[in-house]
Amino acid sequence: MHRFANPTRFVRLAGRVQPWAAALALLCLGAGLYFALFSSPPDYQQGETVRIMYVHVPAAWMAMFCYVVMAAASASSLIWRHRVADLAAKATAPVGAAFTLLALVTGSLWGKPMWGTWWVWDARLTSVLILFFLYLGYIALQNAFDDPARGARAAAILAVVGVINVPIIKFSVDWWNTLHQPASLTRLDGPAIHSSMLTPLLLMALGYTALYVWLAIIRMRAELAETKIRAIRYRQASGTAPAPQES
Amino acid sequence: MEAIQSFLNMGGYAAFVWPAYGATALVLAGLSAMSVVRMRANERALAELRGADDEEDA
Repeated sequence: MHRFANPTRFVRLAGRVQPWAAALALLCLGAGLYFALFSSPPDYQQGETVRIMYVHVPAAWMAMFCYVVMAAASASSLIWRHRVADLAAKATAPVGAAFTLLALVTGSLWGKPMWGTWWVWDARLTSVLILFFLYLGYIALQNAFDDPARGARAAAILAVVGVINVPIIKFSVDWWNTLHQPASLTRLDGPAIHSSMLTPLLLMALGYTALYVWLAIIRMRAELAETKIRAIRYRQASGTAPAPQES
Repeated sequence: MEAIQSFLNMGGYAAFVWPAYGATALVLAGLSAMSVVRMRANERALAELRGADDEEDA
C-alpha cells in the first residue's frame, strides 16, 4: 500500500483504472436495472415494493463500506502522513454521505407501504441517521479551519472515532428489537434469498462499488489539482523562494 | 399498452417504487456531474496557472 502513497504514482494508476471503473459501473447498473425492474418476480408478501430493495440494500452497504474506507484512509493519513490517503478520505466522504442519504430515503419509501410508517426511532434507522451526521460532521470539520492541514487532521480523528458506529449498524438488528429485518445474505446458513432476486441485488451492489471507485478517482484528481493550485499561489504570494516541487 | 401501464403501476405501489428509483438516479447522477465539473475546472485552472508560472520564470 505504501507504494501508492506517492501522488505521481497514484495519478498514473488512477488514469488507468478510471475508464474501466466507469465501464464496469455502467454495465452492472444497466444489467442490474433490467433484472431489478423487468426480470425479477414480485415478492409473495411485499408485492412490487420488493423492487425498492435493489436500490436500498446496496446503498446501505455502500454507506458502511465508504465509512470504513474513509476511516482506514484517515487512520493511515494520521499515522503515516500519506497524502494520497488523506485525499482518498476526503474524496470518499461526499460519496458515502450520498449513499447514506439514499439508504435513508429509499428505506423510508419502503417502510411506508410495508411497515405503515415513514420512520421509527429504532436502533437500525437511528444508527444509520447518525452515520449520515458523521459524514456531514467530517465534511464540515474539514472546512472549519483556515489551515487546511489542521482541518484534515481534525476531520480524520472524527472519522476514526466514528467507525465504532459501523458494527453498531451491522448488528443493531440482532442486538435490539427493531422493525428492520435482519440480514438475508450474510448468514451462517447461506443467503436466504432466491437467485432471481440475488442476481439484480449483487449486480447493483457491484455497479455501486464501481461507481464509487470512479467517483473517488475523479474527486481525488480534483482535490490534488486544488492542493497544487494552492501551493503555486502560495509560492507566488510569498515571492521568489521556490516551494518544494510537487510532481 | 396495457403491459406498460401495469408495469408503471407497480402493483399499486408506484408512489413508492418510482420515487425510490428517481431519488437514486437524481443523487448519483448529480454527484457524478458535480464531481466531473469540479475536476475539469481544477485541472484547467492548474494548467493555466502552470503556463503563467513558466512564463514568469523564463
